Amino acid sequence: MSLWEYANPVKFLRLSERVMPWLWGLAVLCLSLGLVWGFFGTPDDFRQGSTVKIIYIHVPAALMAINGWFMMLIASLIWLIRRHHVSALAAKAAAPVGVTMTLIALITGAVWGQPMWGTWWAWDPRLTSFLILFLFYLGYMALWSAIEDPDTAADLTSVLCLVGSVFAVLSRYAVNFWNQGLHQGASLSLDKEKNVADVFYHPLLLSIAGFVLLFFALVLYRTGTEIRVRRTRALRARQGARQGSLQEGSA
Amino acid sequence: MRALLVRDLRLALRAGGGFGLGLAFFLIVVVLVPFSVGPQPELLGRIAAGVLWLAALLACLLSLDRILALDFEDGTLDVLATAPLPLEAVLSVKALAHWLTTGVPLVVAAPVLAVLLNLPAAGYAGLVLSLALGTPALSVIGTFGAALTVGIKRGGLLLSLLVLPLYVPTLIFGAEAARRSAQGLDATTPMLMLAGISAGVLALMPFASAAVLRVNLR
Amino acid sequence: MELTLSDLSVARGGLPVLAGVSLSLAPGHALVLRGPNGSGKTTLLRTIAGLQPALSGQVTGAEDRIAYAGHADGLKAMLSVRENLTFWAEVFGTRDVERAMQAFALVPLAERLAGTLSAGQKRRLGLARLLVTGRTIWVLDEPTVSLDADAVALFAGAVRAHLAQGGMALIATHIDLGLEAAVLDVTPFRVALDGVGFGSSDEAFL
Repeated sequence: MSLWEYANPVKFLRLSERVMPWLWGLAVLCLSLGLVWGFFGTPDDFRQGSTVKIIYIHVPAALMAINGWFMMLIASLIWLIRRHHVSALAAKAAAPVGVTMTLIALITGAVWGQPMWGTWWAWDPRLTSFLILFLFYLGYMALWSAIEDPDTAADLTSVLCLVGSVFAVLSRYAVNFWNQGLHQGASLSLDKEKNVADVFYHPLLLSIAGFVLLFFALVLYRTGTEIRVRRTRALRARQGARQGSLQEGSA
Repeated sequence: MRALLVRDLRLALRAGGGFGLGLAFFLIVVVLVPFSVGPQPELLGRIAAGVLWLAALLACLLSLDRILALDFEDGTLDVLATAPLPLEAVLSVKALAHWLTTGVPLVVAAPVLAVLLNLPAAGYAGLVLSLALGTPALSVIGTFGAALTVGIKRGGLLLSLLVLPLYVPTLIFGAEAARRSAQGLDATTPMLMLAGISAGVLALMPFASAAVLRVNLR
Repeated sequence: MELTLSDLSVARGGLPVLAGVSLSLAPGHALVLRGPNGSGKTTLLRTIAGLQPALSGQVTGAEDRIAYAGHADGLKAMLSVRENLTFWAEVFGTRDVERAMQAFALVPLAERLAGTLSAGQKRRLGLARLLVTGRTIWVLDEPTVSLDADAVALFAGAVRAHLAQGGMALIATHIDLGLEAAVLDVTPFRVALDGVGFGSSDEAFL
């Protein structure tokens, strides 16, 4: 059995309905565990005090903001190459979730930055890059909503997503070049030493897992909605065609 | 290809072609800046390079929807799509025509307006060079935006929303190059990056533009 | 070489409109398409011209041989008649602008701006463009809109001359052009009752 079978909307819906309760459950479990542990079960940082705890929302949201766009890029590529409708709709469904994550990351970053840097907003490379990512999300969503024909919209937004990805990376480098910034280094990385102490690390991982699960639950849910909208449209069109031909027949 | 270029230039220069509109817009924005930030020469001199770049970018943006919208409405694009010319070439020529009618006048006018903003004498060469290197990228990226939104009625605002984020790297390197040379610093790196962006989009962007235009024509 | 459509299905806005169209057109022949409004003539012609992809089936012998004239003429109001034609001649790599102007009685108007022409004169200019393309297959969508009787006769004459030189023409029209052309009514090819489900992009959702 091939994975592509789930490119069929009906099969996809059936599968996602079976998976969704688990996803939601696990997401809620991980998130509540991670956040409660993080907020109440870890000590205050000796320099940053209790403000450090916003990390449990800020870092996962920022991760999902980027990975959301990355998921849209992959889904767009699948649509352009294999023309599976579910893929295009999943990209469409992910955009509002991704933009919300970006917004959460920006807002929590500002809330965190105020006591730390003494300012709500600084034109720091990372913050600026997220602001630019936010604009890319907005443009992508605006293009989807501006085009009536769903296939045309899927084609155009996919190309925009591709081109946008290249320019987003370019912007990231440009912004780094433009201002050296005061943001701390990445909290997590695979190849470098951990920048975060163990006590913060485990609840952080848990809340990241929670955000990932939440992201997928939301995207699956929204994709299901988009599929049903398309299905309604298709049924309407069929009904319209039937009525039209009946009238012509009787005339 | 030459025929298309000549036609586009001729159309831009005739009445109603909109040639000079971008230039006038550029002038007005620059004139408005001292009204909003105050007339102190030191302040103006410090922001001059950035303001000129931003104004040039906005002036470029203003005329983007003319690149394709008119040819789409009157059916010219349909015929061009069936012509022996590949659509990629058509769009490259259209971007070139846009640059010649919008970008080049901006480059020429920039030093004159820089006087109004009290740009330090060291900055003139850098400003002109950075604009000359950067405006082609603005035209080519803008052509992509125009191709993307050509089928949408009243797509002008959407076009700006889509194109402006794509302009970010060009603006950063362009303005940085102009600013550094105005401060008497070495501007080689941003200048090279700017040239790299222009060369890259010139080579690759027409393919993306042609792909979305084909979708919009069907 | 013949123009052949084999089992062609075409869609408009993701919904199939015509299915299973097969025909072939030999050099020197013309085919007139008929059918009520909205039956898919324009969609069929645009598909043949390569402006949109077919849902299924094939068009052979069309590559780089088609001159397409749709509802819009592709003219620039601020260019003169001669400039408009010269532009298209150069794009298609030909030069015979004078002959095209003579064929559609445009010589007296040559230096007028296209924007100052009447609707019928514009249409004649749009059709003269077909001649300067030098292409073999004319694909024409309602070419006689806003033409008076004399101009229709001019147009029919131009088509006849084109056919005599081994050209071909596919014309969607409602009026009788007085051509010795086969007629194809597209009505039987219209996608039947519950149209969706025929390679439509919505099919997967049912």
